[in-house]
Amino acid sequence: MGRWASVPPASAGPFQNLGMKTKDPGGDAGFSQDTGVKSPWDSIFKWFTFLMAMSVIALIFLVGYELFKSSRLSISKFGWRFLVSSDWDPVAEQFGALPFIFGTLVSSLIALIIAVPLSIGTALYLTELAPVWVRAPLAFLVQLLSAVPSVILGLWGIFVMVPWLRENLFPWLRSAFGFSPLFQGPIYGVSILAGGIIIAIMILPIITSVSREIIRSVPGLQREAAYALGATRWEVTRIAVLSYAKKGLFGAVILGLGRALGETMAVTMVIGNRPEIAKSLFAPGYTLASVVANEFAEATTEIYLHALFEIGLVLLGVTVLVNALAQLLLRAFGGSGVKA
Amino acid sequence: MNASTIDFPVQMNRNESNAPGQNMQKPNSPEPEAHAIAPATAFQIGKLSVSFGAHTVLKDVSLDIKARSVTAIIGPSGCGKSTFLRSLNRMHELVPDARMTGTIRLFGENIYGPEIDPVVVRRRVGMVFQKSNPFPTMSISENVTVGLRLNGIRNKGILQERLEKSLKMAALWDEVKDRLNAASTSLSGGQQQRLCIARALAVEPEVILMDEPASALDPLATTKIEELILDLKKDFTIVIVTHNMQQAARISDQTAFFYLGELVEYAATRKIFTNPSVKQTEDYVTGRFG
Ligand SMILES: Nc1ncnc2c1ncn2[C@@H]1O[C@H](COP(=O)(O)OP(=O)(O)O)[C@@H](O)[C@H]1O
Ligand SMILES: [Mg+2]
Repeated sequence: MGRWASVPPASAGPFQNLGMKTKDPGGDAGFSQDTGVKSPWDSIFKWFTFLMAMSVIALIFLVGYELFKSSRLSISKFGWRFLVSSDWDPVAEQFGALPFIFGTLVSSLIALIIAVPLSIGTALYLTELAPVWVRAPLAFLVQLLSAVPSVILGLWGIFVMVPWLRENLFPWLRSAFGFSPLFQGPIYGVSILAGGIIIAIMILPIITSVSREIIRSVPGLQREAAYALGATRWEVTRIAVLSYAKKGLFGAVILGLGRALGETMAVTMVIGNRPEIAKSLFAPGYTLASVVANEFAEATTEIYLHALFEIGLVLLGVTVLVNALAQLLLRAFGGSGVKA
Repeated sequence: MNASTIDFPVQMNRNESNAPGQNMQKPNSPEPEAHAIAPATAFQIGKLSVSFGAHTVLKDVSLDIKARSVTAIIGPSGCGKSTFLRSLNRMHELVPDARMTGTIRLFGENIYGPEIDPVVVRRRVGMVFQKSNPFPTMSISENVTVGLRLNGIRNKGILQERLEKSLKMAALWDEVKDRLNAASTSLSGGQQQRLCIARALAVEPEVILMDEPASALDPLATTKIEELILDLKKDFTIVIVTHNMQQAARISDQTAFFYLGELVEYAATRKIFTNPSVKQTEDYVTGRFG
């Protein structure tokens, strides 16, 4: 069964592998490590793959170490205050990462809220519901979306999406949900919500295509079991497909989240780039990745440069932390999902 | 295929279990009322032909299947046994280019009538597959009651009662009664197959179709399944596909021999195995081909 269920998060970082120590429920394990005859290639292969896996982890630590070294001035000057301070004043040489952490987490959260139902819905449509002849072309179109360069999407965001949000969607949201502080305040168009929407568009293809593979790997016999009980198509999807695939789908979402946290170009172009923590989603924001990309060239003082490197370190930390948290969540609540 | 004029029994108006606010509704338990008035014939199959695309798999098959008895379907592989079985609960329709002509009546009712939902047919005609396929994310008890819950039955007492009853009928109760909440995947292969049988029984279908249900099991587990089948025919109509001649001889009352998509001979099992009328049948059951 689902290779994806164990493998997909691989590119989301080595921390995903923590979830792989699970037993195989079916008889389709294929290989067992103790099958009497052992060739030397077995252990060579084992060590080789182990080394490869280790090198990925080593790479992460190396990057972390380099970032740490390059940000030591900022670290020694601000200490932990860097993480909780909202000051970002290069002239006064005051630096704090909180607005960027906030912007990164909130825009990624918005992106997930939009992209997850859309992607999994699309994946379900592409595997379960769509007429057979439209499946492959449609899947191709979705993948094509991931080929659009980030900067092009950003341009589209500035010239098409943001004006439309400003004129249409945001005013409507404000009139419909204005009772909530999330949807109050002045509307500029560029905003943390616009950033979230752009990120959603960017992570949609990856979540969709990984989910599609996962759903496709659900054995046909599972679907037949449900159909034979007199389940409707939706019930089959629910009891046979989604519950079987839920662990893998969670992995797909985490993969998307990893992308969302680090997404830079397009989001920089529409989020407004103002380091503030506002209640309203209509207010401009700033992300960790954006501030590094935006201000690197103008970081003339050493402490400024080191603060930006520390922002990079924080981004790495946030990504690793979110992935680790996701793993814990998966273990705590995903226990009933099918293990790969 | 003329539409049936007989009204469906009550049990067929199923609750939509997903519809919000319907949970409070009195559950329609699929009580097999049909059993009470069961005529001797469960299925009347007339001139059934099934094709996948341009490939005709079944040709003009006509036979009657007796209620509350075991009917075995035998024949060389690829002759259409599974297709025949699946046409009895409209499972073959899951293949996009499947086409069927002819009539199939279940207790007098045309199950291919224009107003008949295949979902409803499958509630009445359950199925057990060659490879056991419990839902791996569900516990043992959830697997058994899933069909009932799809029917909108939420009452814990009813679910518990049916759970026990079905597991007992499937001869699995004693082995699992202390670990009903364990993962279904913790069971052995034979137990998983009996769990699938319990799952099919729980919705109290009128007919149970079995497609080589023991072919993936060891002899001991096979014996258990066979005893179980003999037990079940008191309450259910069973149609079983098997490639094992001895098995067909041991457990079935009637046997149908299929060859190349056609029904070659259909008679009492004893006759098929001792005194078949057709030479082909004799060759097959004596192992001269197939
Ligand atoms: N889903 C399908 N699509 C196309 N052809 C099929 C399909 N299922 C079965 N067939 C064809 O129908 C014929 C009978 O298959 P089947 O009913 O499975 O035979 P049996 O169960 O007797 O081995 C075979 O030739 C097979 O290739
Ligand atoms: Mg078959």
